[in-house]
Amino acid sequence: MKILVCMKQVPQKDAPLKLNESGAWIREDVSYEVNEPDAYALEEALRQKEKHGGEVVVITSGPARAQQVLREALAKGADRAIHLEDNGFVGLDAFNTARAFAAAIKDETFDLIFTGLQSDDYGYAQTGVVLAELLGWPHATIIMQIEKNDSGIRVKRELEAGYFQFVDMPLPAILTIQSGINKLRYATLIGIKQAKNKPLRKVAMAEVQHAVSGNLQKIERLYVPQKTKNTEFLEGSAGEVAKKLVDKLRNEVRVL
Amino acid sequence: MSDTILVVVEQREGKLNRVSWETLAAGQALAADTGWALEAAVIGSGVGNFANEVAAKKVSKVYAIESPKLEPYTPDAFSAALKQFIESKQPKLVLMPHTYQVRDFVPKLATAMGRTAISDCIGYKKEGGKLLFTRQMFQGKLAADVSFACDAPWFVTFQNGAFRGDKAEAGASAAPVETFDVQIADGVIRNKPQEVFKEAKQAVDLTQAEIIVSVGRGIKEQKNIELAKQLAEALGGELAASRPICDSGWLPMDRQIGSSGQTVAPKLYLALGISGAIQHIVGMKGSRTIIAINKDSEAPIFEIADYAVVGNLFDIVPPLIEEVKKAKVGS
Repeated sequence: MKILVCMKQVPQKDAPLKLNESGAWIREDVSYEVNEPDAYALEEALRQKEKHGGEVVVITSGPARAQQVLREALAKGADRAIHLEDNGFVGLDAFNTARAFAAAIKDETFDLIFTGLQSDDYGYAQTGVVLAELLGWPHATIIMQIEKNDSGIRVKRELEAGYFQFVDMPLPAILTIQSGINKLRYATLIGIKQAKNKPLRKVAMAEVQHAVSGNLQKIERLYVPQKTKNTEFLEGSAGEVAKKLVDKLRNEVRVL
Repeated sequence: MSDTILVVVEQREGKLNRVSWETLAAGQALAADTGWALEAAVIGSGVGNFANEVAAKKVSKVYAIESPKLEPYTPDAFSAALKQFIESKQPKLVLMPHTYQVRDFVPKLATAMGRTAISDCIGYKKEGGKLLFTRQMFQGKLAADVSFACDAPWFVTFQNGAFRGDKAEAGASAAPVETFDVQIADGVIRNKPQEVFKEAKQAVDLTQAEIIVSVGRGIKEQKNIELAKQLAEALGGELAASRPICDSGWLPMDRQIGSSGQTVAPKLYLALGISGAIQHIVGMKGSRTIIAINKDSEAPIFEIADYAVVGNLFDIVPPLIEEVKKAKVGS
């Protein structure tokens, strides 16, 4: 099977975020990491390839720094990478990101495309499903298991509150992958070495410009959310904080 | 013709999803602020009784969007049916709850119509005639006000708990109900869904626990879970976790709190090393008292905590266990 994995670089989970001058985005001088569900999507693609043969291709969009995500994926075993490299990709909405991806892979034939189920930065949970509609492919979201069969694939969808559902679908198809579907591997030293010689195709904004339009939705402003709760911060040494907490548990929460 | 807001409610397994009332309450508030008409729709096969249930609320009309091909749910059929309906009725604003089902088909529907959805919103604002929808970004660390930069129809989904379902007003009299039959051609539906099921029965019912000690990534290693367990035992509570901990296999899945796990509202929720991603918060924000210990002072969990400790849980929890034990002996 030939599988494309869409990956995204996002600010590290505990990175302190500051607003930039426009007030509509963050300052980009923070540490980045791979979007967590995308790491699971990559792992699943590698496992499918190990079982059925084929090829794993990874794609991302973003400035030069985003290449790190692709390098890590190549080190873990992906065969080649596509980088839509331009700072302008950062601000694209899900609709236009999907259109740019569709344009960048128009000469390829994949059996499956994986994305993480959502990103830790925007959290749209849309790009994969939008891409499916643009390509005219079936899709399924929040996937916890994938089995290939004679007519296509059988996937396990996670529903709310502990429910699941198996869905049979034909190929090609797009799946959005849930964190925890598998156990992530680490890159090996040999893998890191080999990654340097694997093909990485760069796609400039100009090459996909014809496919993208102005954003259909616009972030007017970004801000620190207003607190709705009166939070009491308890301070002091560990021992003092422990005593204060027990006092609250006894006299305010009344559970002791 | 005046502008219309359409609320698409969700039914599943013979019941209206409760979150539908929240979206209806959002629709009523938006209708009051904009002066637009409010209509609702139920989508499925044989959904007339749900339409009647919704018609008791303050809405001007309720549609039952019907086709035998809408049961069971598939994104292909739902998207095709709603596209036909929306193209026919031309609502300006289409509201839905941000459920797993809605997020499965709304991006497809919006794209098929050359439009966009502002997803997982927690509120809205009206500024100078412009509607802005507020959504959380960066796992809840920041919020954004987002506007539409395209023509209507505009699609918006609201997060579970963003509005109060019990605030959905009843109507003076029942609203008219109209059936809208849709045609779904052969070959449109490509997925074949099987029965919905639950994995092995949950061993632990955390919803009944009065005290919950919950651990997140901050616990760092599997062996450190023991520390949280000791605190839970000292307090006489249950041990729970955020999703990454269960994904790693450090605690069983049935101890997971959040949108894909259990939803709890105990007397005390003590969060250790939990940053407070939206998916976790929706499962525990109803707790009577929330205590959070986290080393990151900007962790979103502090937004909803009653008592907050910014610090290393490995420094604070051991003396806390001792103090709790002492207090128990003394009481």
